[in-house]
Amino acid sequence: MHQLLQQIFSGLAAGAIYASLALALVMIYRATDLVNFAQGEMAMFSTYIAWTLVNAGFPFWGAFVITLFASFVGGMAIERIVIRPVENAPILTAVVVTIGLLLIFNALAGWIYSYTLQEFPSPFPDRILFGALMTTRDVGVIVVTLVMLAALFFFFRFTPTGLAMRAAAQNPESAQLCGIHVGRMLALGWGFAAAIGAVAGIMVAPVLFLDPHMMSGVLLYAFTGALLGGITSPVGAVIGGLLVGVTENLVGTYLIASQLKLTVALLLIILVLVFRPNGLFGTAIVRRV
Amino acid sequence: MRLTRMLTGALCAAGLMLATSSVNAAGQYGPGVTDTEIKIGNTNPYSGPASSYGINGKVHAAYFNMINEQGGINGRKINYISRDDAYSPPKTVELVRQLVEQDKVFLLFAPLGTPPNMSIHSYLNENKVPQLFVATGADQWNDPKHFPWTMMWLPSYGIEAHIYANYILKNLPNAKIAVLYQNDDYGKDYLNGLRAGLGDKASKMIVATQSYETTDPTIDSQVVALQGSGADVLLTAAIPKFAAQTVRKVYDIGWRPTHFLNSVGNSVGLVMKPAGLEKGVGIISATYIMDPTDPRWQNDPGYKEWVAFMNSHGLSGSITDSQAAIGYSYAQTLVEVLKRCGDDLTRENVMKQAASLHNLQLPLLLPGITLNTSADDFDPIKQMQLQKFDGTTWQLFGDVISGSGT
Amino acid sequence: MSGGQSKSSTASWQWLGGVVLIVLAMALPFALSSYHVFELTQVMIYAIAVLGLNILTGYNGQISLGHGGFFAAGAYTAAILMHRYGVPYWATLAPAALICFALGVLFGLPALRFEGPYLALVTLAMAVAMPQLLKYFGTWTGGNQGIVLTKPVPPAAIGLDRDRWLYFLVLIVLLLAMRVAANLLNGRTGRAFVAIRDHPIAAAAMGINTARYKTLAFGTSTLFTGVAGALAAIVIGFVAPESFTLFLSLSFLVGSAVGGIATIGGAIVGGFFIVFVPNLANEISDAAPWAIYGLAMLLFMYVMPRGVIGTAEALGPSLTRAAQRFRTAPSANKSEWKT
Repeated sequence: MHQLLQQIFSGLAAGAIYASLALALVMIYRATDLVNFAQGEMAMFSTYIAWTLVNAGFPFWGAFVITLFASFVGGMAIERIVIRPVENAPILTAVVVTIGLLLIFNALAGWIYSYTLQEFPSPFPDRILFGALMTTRDVGVIVVTLVMLAALFFFFRFTPTGLAMRAAAQNPESAQLCGIHVGRMLALGWGFAAAIGAVAGIMVAPVLFLDPHMMSGVLLYAFTGALLGGITSPVGAVIGGLLVGVTENLVGTYLIASQLKLTVALLLIILVLVFRPNGLFGTAIVRRV
Repeated sequence: MRLTRMLTGALCAAGLMLATSSVNAAGQYGPGVTDTEIKIGNTNPYSGPASSYGINGKVHAAYFNMINEQGGINGRKINYISRDDAYSPPKTVELVRQLVEQDKVFLLFAPLGTPPNMSIHSYLNENKVPQLFVATGADQWNDPKHFPWTMMWLPSYGIEAHIYANYILKNLPNAKIAVLYQNDDYGKDYLNGLRAGLGDKASKMIVATQSYETTDPTIDSQVVALQGSGADVLLTAAIPKFAAQTVRKVYDIGWRPTHFLNSVGNSVGLVMKPAGLEKGVGIISATYIMDPTDPRWQNDPGYKEWVAFMNSHGLSGSITDSQAAIGYSYAQTLVEVLKRCGDDLTRENVMKQAASLHNLQLPLLLPGITLNTSADDFDPIKQMQLQKFDGTTWQLFGDVISGSGT
Repeated sequence: MSGGQSKSSTASWQWLGGVVLIVLAMALPFALSSYHVFELTQVMIYAIAVLGLNILTGYNGQISLGHGGFFAAGAYTAAILMHRYGVPYWATLAPAALICFALGVLFGLPALRFEGPYLALVTLAMAVAMPQLLKYFGTWTGGNQGIVLTKPVPPAAIGLDRDRWLYFLVLIVLLLAMRVAANLLNGRTGRAFVAIRDHPIAAAAMGINTARYKTLAFGTSTLFTGVAGALAAIVIGFVAPESFTLFLSLSFLVGSAVGGIATIGGAIVGGFFIVFVPNLANEISDAAPWAIYGLAMLLFMYVMPRGVIGTAEALGPSLTRAAQRFRTAPSANKSEWKT
């Protein structure tokens, strides 16, 4: 029983990490209909920016805010400069561009910061909770992820900019006719996603340790979680991420040897998707003839 | 017109013959060697998931630069050509063929990784090109009878696992052992080495094994599962990132096994400190080389020389990386072997010199540990020493142990 | 190649260009060093793999992030047959093709339920699962150590050395693959594929069995990529799980896009890109080669969003028209201006 609880809680802790990056993926997808393969590397790069600031003497929260702002601006810049030229190109072209971005960010981080592992400070003290089931840092990741989720939910539902963004993504032509500056909405979407990614990276770095490959593995899990939950739903992203974390742990402990747990976990998730092809909370895409 | 054409043709042919001639006035030369230059080839993962090992190649290059600045080896400069194979065996084959057939290098030095080395193993031996000081700890490279052109350098992972096995058999004969290993040849070598070292007690003593992939974000689940097996001894065969996570998680869940940590993942700066220094007290490891982040070596002259070298060659960001210390030692070994060749720079002689190392000392190796090779023994470093972590530094204990291999 | 071109001059130029290329391809190995011949063989192998991806993603609109996994399946089929059962190397191609076809159909069936990013995930699972499965079933696959294969011996009668023999073997398979693909894609099946890609509902309404064609596209696609994998095993002489990472699948996708996703000739361009650009990147920067590789991808996509051959095909008719206008004097016969 204790094992089971341990595995579930570890799964939740890992799942929160996936969920935080999944939120960024969902953000970009909702804004631009594109899966950004470079999301993880962008988050990692933002984290390195924060690390540089902290090492230069900035207090943690100061570095945090600056990094968030820098990432937001950076994300917007990337959309305008890198993605804009292929906006109207076939989807695969844009996908290849994000793959290129992935390589560039990874290589840049390795070049500037070397591949040596770095420590990253955490705003939360290092304490063990619930009788060794979780640490304060794990709880911190979960709490911050939920806060981001709430903020996103509020933003999309109740603010005019959020509404404009949803409109621009769903129907660019009509949105433009309504006076919405579609280009600006796309850039905003990328900016927010980059900021979310930065938060994810900063929360995760104390747990996973900072190196250029910190987010490489996480991206796959975040992608899976986002799709399981429904690529258009932020709530789905979080629940999906948590589910992926817990499922993989339970599969690895009770179902199959650790060497195959990712494979089996993915199979199970795909099985779920067979019955819900748009994810648990996603909206079905209606095709008009 | 005809005569001119004939003469030009004859001159060209003569020139071609001279250019490809390999015997020179000064001595015997193999391909890639001239009076002024020795061409060395290498493949390293500078990109991709194994890129953290790329520092090896960078350190080699910097060291050879330094040697060249000091006048080279017997007056010849080292032309070090290192290419990025991203740890992908098909790419390694392509690049090594390019190095051997296009660049005409003298030898392949320290190609990195077991799968990359396996993919070029028979090609290099068939073409009689030295595959010298492979940068991998797998056991299989010490086979001079079948592969006379391939030589190891690192103490093999199997030897290290044997050392742990012997310790356990002697001091913890009733242990229940759990093993956490990276799911590739490196991790598997530890598991298999432990099994071999425990002999027929292995199946009884090893009660649980868990593996992880380098793409796994965390290994918490594996650690929790291993605790659940009731083991009281844990062997962790993991690279620094995962070793740090393991040390931390084991402590956080309240598990206090006798913890053996492999040499690749025992760095104070990269593993013990990020995990939390107090969480690693009592962990046992083995080593053959100085840990650059261990305070005990700060005043050692060899260590200080290495730090000065790293700083003056733009590598100060990697001073905490033990891979950098290892790469440095590799390069020193090659320079020594090449020096011993004198002017007889043929591939045969290089292998001969490399197979005649006797108590060769290197500044960053632990005192008492030396390189030894012979015609039947292509594993230069077979010694390690056990050490225990005391919360600040690794305390060596016991004697230098000679491993006996698989 | 754009379907349905009749007796216009564009078709004859294409035919002539094709012949020139084939003659060049046959002559090159005798002018180049063994190493370059080996490199070109690699290019052709990846071209066959990318061609498979083009069929599925380009012509049928089903994205696949998992073709590296099918490549691995073909490679290991060949390796296990050669290593364990002593099957001669040339006889492993057919079994690899069949097994990968079956795998593709098996995959294509559940894939029918998914589109867009969901399909991407399902195929991604294949790319991720493959290395795990290969490591797990170690007794068959050699596990982490992989399988070292004896290099093929060229038939003595032909008098070629190993590199050149393998080059021609792969060249023949490539030409065969392109021919088969052209026939398939220019015929009914190809038109059904494209119809399903562009207007799935209309296609179904017109009586096209969407499920059957989509599954067929999957199977055909993986058949091509699997054969490429088998050839890779033979030519490299070594298979290991590290040879077939997720990055390989992404490379195929990139090669496909750079060459032209819905073209046949583009696959060859893609092959060149995958083999040569990383090496070039390494020459330009040894500190961060992937950054250059990534930049190259971006540049190609900006300048030619439809890929090299895709853009060429789009420009083709207008270039031909412009050339004709220069060649012939303005004629009273206005019908000559219609191409």
